[in-house]
Amino acid sequence: MTGFLLQLMLLSLLAVGGINALMPELHRQVVEVNGWLSSAQFTDLFALAQAAPGPNILVVPLLGWYVGGLLGALGALLALCGPSSVLALFAARGWQRLGASRGRDAIRDGLAPVTIGLVLASGYVIARLVDQGWGAAAITAGATALALGTRLNPLWLIAGGAALGLAGLA
Amino acid sequence: MPAATRPPSLPELFAGFLGIGLSGFGGVLPFARRSLVERRRWLSEREFTELLGLAQTLPGPNIVNLSLALGDRWHGVPGALAAALGLLLAPLAIVIGLGMVYVHYGQLPLVHDGFAGIAAAAAGLLLATGLKMARAQPRSPVAVALGLLAFAGAGPIGWPLYAVLLALAPAGVAWAWRRAAGARP
Repeated sequence: MTGFLLQLMLLSLLAVGGINALMPELHRQVVEVNGWLSSAQFTDLFALAQAAPGPNILVVPLLGWYVGGLLGALGALLALCGPSSVLALFAARGWQRLGASRGRDAIRDGLAPVTIGLVLASGYVIARLVDQGWGAAAITAGATALALGTRLNPLWLIAGGAALGLAGLA
Repeated sequence: MPAATRPPSLPELFAGFLGIGLSGFGGVLPFARRSLVERRRWLSEREFTELLGLAQTLPGPNIVNLSLALGDRWHGVPGALAAALGLLLAPLAIVIGLGMVYVHYGQLPLVHDGFAGIAAAAAGLLLATGLKMARAQPRSPVAVALGLLAFAGAGPIGWPLYAVLLALAPAGVAWAWRRAAGARP
């Protein structure tokens, strides 16, 4: 567990695309490397965190709780948010003073395509885990299309996925 | 819409972000904008966009970074903590409560079926988020190549995240730096 928390502190500083970009790495750590959860349990907890209110980083303390109880949850949250938060505080203060600069723009513009690729990789990894049949794949494709083409509240897509799943179609 | 002149107090900050955290289903950002800009008017639209740009450039959860930067601006470190804890604590309690329910009933086929449907839809939301972000980017062969490499490395190939970032982030920043030099002769 200590090793996992240290990994999270490192990931905290690597998570340039926000937590969405971390899902493949989290899966690799807790399922493949440590074997704490099965792939099915991992996707269940991911789904649970998606269905609950709040920032989607909560999947991380939820995984921590599943593995190590309440201390695991708080440890995972602190490990994930601590290093990046300290950096964010310093950067926010420096940013105000810095104003627009070529270095700042280069960092933002250069990381953007990598970040986007990582978010898409997360979608791919989750889809590969959950889409075991045609029904689930169709739900993923439908949700992608609706989220792209309409301004529907994401909660409706989550609810629709739950309903189709309960009907045995996922 | 102009921002209010009086900065919020610590309890107001906590309460404001508590509301944002609890209303954020499937992504908090849209709710944060509505609350901070439209309802409470703590920020103008421009300030919000700039702050979000900062939060997204930095590593770590975007919305947590945003709450920290905003709280710090008005009340220093206590303000940052009030905003971030307001955002996280209640949803954390809820998700762990749901986790306890899952441990008891997760074996039921019906529960697993429902979660399978939710996860399938959530995977679609992630893909759509990435595609929307890509759509908003300026078209450039180098950017597309970087994005595809990051996707392939972290997705189908399954390399560790740090390897993908170590390989591609410096390349991306160097490319953007040189491109900016070309745009500003």
